[in-house]
Amino acid sequence: MIELDLKSEGVRGVNSRLHSLPKNTNQRHWLLKNPQGQHAIACGLDGPFTVEIAGHVGFYCGGMNKEAEIIIHGHAGVGVAENMMSGLVRVTGNASESAGATGNGGLLVIEGDASSRCGISMKGIDIVVGGSVGHMSAFMAQRGNLVVCGDAGEALGDSIYEARLYVKGRAENLGADCIEKEMRAEHREELEKLLERAKIKAKVKDFRRYGSARQLYNFNIDHADAY
Amino acid sequence: MCGIVGLYLKNKKLQPKLGQMFKPMIIEMTNRGPDSAGVAIYRNPVKKGQVKFSLAHDDASYDWKKIDLGLERSLKCDATVKKIGNHCLLVTNAKEKSVVDWLKAHHPEVRIVGSGQMIEIFKEVGLPEAVYEKFHLDDARGTHAIGHTRMATESAVTTAGSHPFATGADLCLVHNGSLSNHNRLRENLKREGLEFQTENDTEVAAAYMTWKLRQGRTLREALEDGIKDLDGFYTFCIGTHDGFAVVRDPIACKHAVLAETDDWVAMATEYRAISHLPGSDDARIWEPEPQTIYTWEGHA
Repeated sequence: MIELDLKSEGVRGVNSRLHSLPKNTNQRHWLLKNPQGQHAIACGLDGPFTVEIAGHVGFYCGGMNKEAEIIIHGHAGVGVAENMMSGLVRVTGNASESAGATGNGGLLVIEGDASSRCGISMKGIDIVVGGSVGHMSAFMAQRGNLVVCGDAGEALGDSIYEARLYVKGRAENLGADCIEKEMRAEHREELEKLLERAKIKAKVKDFRRYGSARQLYNFNIDHADAY
Repeated sequence: MCGIVGLYLKNKKLQPKLGQMFKPMIIEMTNRGPDSAGVAIYRNPVKKGQVKFSLAHDDASYDWKKIDLGLERSLKCDATVKKIGNHCLLVTNAKEKSVVDWLKAHHPEVRIVGSGQMIEIFKEVGLPEAVYEKFHLDDARGTHAIGHTRMATESAVTTAGSHPFATGADLCLVHNGSLSNHNRLRENLKREGLEFQTENDTEVAAAYMTWKLRQGRTLREALEDGIKDLDGFYTFCIGTHDGFAVVRDPIACKHAVLAETDDWVAMATEYRAISHLPGSDDARIWEPEPQTIYTWEGHA
């Protein structure tokens, strides 16, 4: 494991170093020390590396990630793994708002609670939250899975398209066009795999599934009140 | 933008270090608010029957002695003044209202920025580091402090428009965000007899709180009313005589993070302002929920 000090090298210095790695590098395991809540740590990585961050990070950590495995040992600020393409981002603590926003792929695991707008406009990312999520989570979610082992805040899945939402606890209320759906065998199988990949212990049978009623795809004057 | 920070010491042993611990918090928020900065610090409680005023004047060489002598002569009271930067701490045994009325009548150019038993408010245009040093806060001891770094959006960059804003005895408010109904609310509050020094939206929120508290509402009730009546985006941190409170609007898009250890509780717009505190690595860290009032009090 190669250690880099964010305090002495700066976020830009550390990120440049990680960006310059060729995909077939042998230097595959990195430890970033002293994050001190700085923003944009380990953003835009593109390759099969493991980057561990020893402490709490600021905004947009692991954004745009491709292939890399990023482990944040602590709390993550706003927009962790924003627009992730593939790979894995794991947060061992809680995360602030907009976790996994607009993510296209990969897996985001938050072992603690996520805050509001978790998975907002998600486009294929899978998000597994060990705790609860705040209000407006999966707002306008288009594709992917959001798994919540705790409760979901107000307006879950508001204006949702095709993403699947699995909630173990209570959903405060559902947003426009979001409804509870039947848990079929394929969903149970999918959820089992997600929990296994996320290394989060929970029983599939305890979850409920929510998704789109598909009534708001096209504007309909009769639904004006629902927008 | 704007940055807000608050630090409340649960462990009494840390009180001599309050100023030192708080400094990196407010300085870290410089790029969120380089226009002006302000700090409310709670320390040196005055004796029963006394009131401590934080006063400010645009002229740093203003002669505060004449306030001291004038007050003693007119109100037949004891008064002491201590000049700190272009601010002054006035301690007197006169009635609070008599002092306010006397100042207004004889020295309208003097601004009252805070009053109470413990609170001291210092605020000024300029970079947070310069402001902090100007008021000699490095070696300040005390129980808790809240601070603000301002990037002005709703009104001019002036000392009067800087935060914190006082909302009553030992109470003050800092704000990150912008209110959208402050003009109408200001007019309503003027009709209720409240006075305003600026066009600032936060001053309206502070006056609203003052008005509610005067009506006998508790701090929590006043904040609950505020959630209904204040329209806009806000994360507020409210300093009280023995702690602080944090509240966010229903949408909660103005950043906020809370951190707590056995020794202290801290709030900030961004975690990096908290990361300098001893023990922050192992702190419990979370984002405060919307429309939820968080309070810490009574440890000190």
